[in-house]
Amino acid sequence: MALTSGLAENSPLSSFQLITLRIARYNPEHDSAKTFMEFQIQYEKWTTVLEAILEVKKYFDHSVAVRYSCRQATCGSCGMIINGKPRLACFTKISELNSNIITVEPMNNFPIIRDLAVKFERLFDTHHKIKPYLIHDDNEITKDTKEFLQSPEELEQYIQFSNCIKCGLCNSACPTMATDSSFVGPQALAQAYRYVADSRDKGKDNRLKIIDDSHGIWRCHFAGSCSQVCPKGVDPAMGIQLLRGYMLGFRS
Amino acid sequence: MTNQDEHKEGIGGMINPRRYGVERVAYLLMRLSGLGLLAYFIGHIYETSTILKGQVGWNEFLELTQTNAGHAILAIVIAMCVFHTVNGIRVMLGHGGIGVGKPARPDYPYTPASQNIRHKIGIYSAIILAAIAMMYGLTVMFGE
Repeated sequence: MALTSGLAENSPLSSFQLITLRIARYNPEHDSAKTFMEFQIQYEKWTTVLEAILEVKKYFDHSVAVRYSCRQATCGSCGMIINGKPRLACFTKISELNSNIITVEPMNNFPIIRDLAVKFERLFDTHHKIKPYLIHDDNEITKDTKEFLQSPEELEQYIQFSNCIKCGLCNSACPTMATDSSFVGPQALAQAYRYVADSRDKGKDNRLKIIDDSHGIWRCHFAGSCSQVCPKGVDPAMGIQLLRGYMLGFRS
Repeated sequence: MTNQDEHKEGIGGMINPRRYGVERVAYLLMRLSGLGLLAYFIGHIYETSTILKGQVGWNEFLELTQTNAGHAILAIVIAMCVFHTVNGIRVMLGHGGIGVGKPARPDYPYTPASQNIRHKIGIYSAIILAAIAMMYGLTVMFGE
């Protein structure tokens, strides 16, 4: 099905251009396979893919299911496959895709709720599994201790990895996640490094034990796709290899 | 939960080398060369076991490797062996956290430090060395 937005279409002063937006439609409760609906959407050079999808919801078909919130690459809600690669819809401008056809699909390696919305339960479970919080002995906290001081150098060791917004793009791009349902995933492994590398944390041995599993860190083969799709510059592949350096004795 | 329910990309997605640059190509070639070398290893054990059938059996099987197809297969094995070795050294160093960059505050457009030029050079070197070794092998085998 192809529908065209009529807004400002014929105005000679308009700087709008037209693209075809293909949206994957699938409801696991009653559909046997994914189908695509096509819409002709007008866009400016700053228009994002999320705005185009919301245009469809506003003027053509409000039943398109999509999860979004902040619209500024902070909440990590609007991850989806855009023209074959996992990206945040709010952070991807149509003009940067250099294509007249934009295809949006739900993220791979996540169960589909409906259309573009996927379930995040497993991502949150694996994130929780690696204990994403500071662990330290209670006896460190004395009456006089109000804060744990860190040098800028100590902060640099992990600050990059604390930028993770749990959008799931890395898990969607990972080749191991594509076949292994039990793999802990690049998101959780990168977060394990974030806490292991924190000088305030004393839970290194505990976390390394959790990820030292047949479906844990050893299933990462350093393809690096997770780092290429990360919209926040977290570089999970680096974190995972540095974490493995601890386990192999290259780091202490 | 089935693979379809989980919306897994599956093996087709795993081996698709087109979306994520040369690192994903190296990932695929590493898997293919590993499987190829495993197949060669099994074939090699079978080949050498033919000695148990005596000199005649051994010679008969050895003749198979002296054909054009046999030479072509051996040349591919040489290429797989060289690629797997060179790229394997790169990956092993990376797995130890060596050469993957240092953590730092990321700046837009967020070029991942772990996908740095040293790794790209390592991958291209593995491919080029494999190609050179294969061509040398072909020259020796077909030049006889």
